[in-house]
Amino acid sequence: MSSLPASNSPSTGSFTQDVFVRSLASLSHLPGWWLDLKNKAWNEYQALPMPRRTDELWRNASIQNLRLDGFVLPERAGPLLLPGSSPAFKAAAGLAFANNRLQATTPLPPDLKRKGVIFETIEHAAVEHGELLRRHFLAQPVKLGSEKFTALHTALMTAGALLYVPPGVELAEPIVITHVVEGPGAAIFPHTLVIAGENAKVTVAEFFLSADPAAGNFSSGVNDLHAEPGSQLTYLSAQNWGRGSLSFQTNSTVVQRDARVLSLNVHLGGRQSRHESHSRLQGPGAHSEMLALTVAQDAQEFDQRTLQSHLAPHTSSNLLYKNALLDTAKTIFSGLIIVDPDAQKTDAYQSNRNLLLSSEAEANSLPGLEIQANDVRCTHGATSGHIDDEQMFYLEARGIPRQTAKELLVFGFLEEVLEKLENEELHSALREMIKNKFKR
Amino acid sequence: MSQLEIKALHVNLAEREIVKGITLTVKPGEVHAIMGPNGTGKSTLAKAIAGHPDYTITSGEVLLDGRSLLEMEPDERARAGLFLAFQYPNEVPGVTIANFLRAAMQARLAEGEELDATGYYKQLYAKMDSLKIDHKFTSRSVNTGFSGGEKKRCEILQMAMLAPKFALMDETDSGLDIDALRIVSDGVNTLRSSTLGILLITHYQRLLNYIVPDFVHVMYDGRIVRSGDKDLALELEAKGYSWVKKEIVHA
Repeated sequence: MSSLPASNSPSTGSFTQDVFVRSLASLSHLPGWWLDLKNKAWNEYQALPMPRRTDELWRNASIQNLRLDGFVLPERAGPLLLPGSSPAFKAAAGLAFANNRLQATTPLPPDLKRKGVIFETIEHAAVEHGELLRRHFLAQPVKLGSEKFTALHTALMTAGALLYVPPGVELAEPIVITHVVEGPGAAIFPHTLVIAGENAKVTVAEFFLSADPAAGNFSSGVNDLHAEPGSQLTYLSAQNWGRGSLSFQTNSTVVQRDARVLSLNVHLGGRQSRHESHSRLQGPGAHSEMLALTVAQDAQEFDQRTLQSHLAPHTSSNLLYKNALLDTAKTIFSGLIIVDPDAQKTDAYQSNRNLLLSSEAEANSLPGLEIQANDVRCTHGATSGHIDDEQMFYLEARGIPRQTAKELLVFGFLEEVLEKLENEELHSALREMIKNKFKR
Repeated sequence: MSQLEIKALHVNLAEREIVKGITLTVKPGEVHAIMGPNGTGKSTLAKAIAGHPDYTITSGEVLLDGRSLLEMEPDERARAGLFLAFQYPNEVPGVTIANFLRAAMQARLAEGEELDATGYYKQLYAKMDSLKIDHKFTSRSVNTGFSGGEKKRCEILQMAMLAPKFALMDETDSGLDIDALRIVSDGVNTLRSSTLGILLITHYQRLLNYIVPDFVHVMYDGRIVRSGDKDLALELEAKGYSWVKKEIVHA
């Protein structure tokens, strides 16, 4: 190994200094503070090591497959005709990105604009709403292991959305954001920042797709949610990258007094996908509902790391992550609840449930608690099991063929999470996506 | 002619013989009650006929309209016209009654044929009305969080929708209070017709006040030890199961 030139360590893979410099050169129209931030992130990316086998935060993960070579910052995508990629439901507004560029816009209706709702690309926001963006952009970073990939994201990110809903404004229909990646080895860096003002109410749905379902793409994304006092924020994401893809996604959720955030992440695509989510409950009465659904097939690996930080008294959080595993698929769930000394009357729950549909699938569960207050209720649990034979017989005894019965039971398992979504159309759009995955 | 024929049936559960040679023929329009003390093999008989994987048929035959049921998978048996009303209906979280029954109805159609949704719901709501089941139940998960009475009504609803030729009703009265028993019995009586044969398994005679059988069979230690008409049930009620043991078996 000593013959390797020193420049190979730390590893930057395909994302060389040259790539960064070219990317930065195309952004000269943006404010200096934005470019500084990127420079800083680039240095961080270079300095940070790749995850190591001994890293507790990467326990059970196949770190040998995290290689960052073979990827490129793609050219503009061709006209995208993606059947079934734009789910059919009513949206208040939408932004669709392809290959790190804005591809299509469904503008906000005039009345929402009048009320002060901002829904812009992140670059536009850097120019037009610099203060707002500066205050919230990566303000409370996630530190659950993917810092190197988040730094890469910040350095190279050009496509993203800022949504700001002013105090008291309620949106009846969801805001939709789509990120599509096209081309062999194409790498994208999606970013979403949502700020729900005091007593505001909004639903955001985000879709991540590869143009080619078999593609080996790369994505490192961030979605940050900020719920001001009394607001209600619902965030939904569906990840359906091409089957050869490597992806990292981090989420920071900040919940202030009496605010309520529900986030649901659906994981379907990719070869290896890592998702990190950190909820911070900062004010009394704050609640975070953290939900995830994964359907893991073939040799797919889904790695989910979560942190529920209770920082104020009378806060609650409820985490339910469900994985359905087929073939030789692998999932990792590692979750921690931390209750601060002052966070009395915390009510925190964490549950990871795995449905093993193959004897060769592997579900890893690493739940954890760290409680520093004495008057709290915290529970966690992890279960892994097969389809229940008695349930199976009950369905078959009604004439339902074995395969259909199995699908119904798997959907039943997932439905417990899906049914928490109030928006019927989003619910059925997600159900459709999951159904399609089972069809292969 | 259509019939369900059980011929010298022997059934094992975990290497132990539970049903020790039962022969019985049910014709359309007939209601046969099988009575007997607990642990005598009544439920085993029903589950084995329906194809529950825990039970092994060691010898004998079950024919539905001349076709051997024992060579079919449980779902094929159901589609051939058999229905098992469960003693303890399973909870199926996340699967709504509407979707569950829809899948069961769809499975009965020819390949490529789609169930007519409007007609399906119309039929479902009508059957629910007759069983006094709230329409809201269609979107509830099958049996999940249901009371004992609700579960049994849900079984009858399924039976009404799937229109079997022969129904095996396993302890349909267990866990029911008198009001629920009446509703469930009314439901079964509504379904009684010249095209449906019923094998009614019960521990208690009281069910037979509501669903009056054409034949009563007393089962003891895996065998039918006496058969008669509905008066046999009354006699059994009056004398108790100890009478069966003393007078019939050891006679």
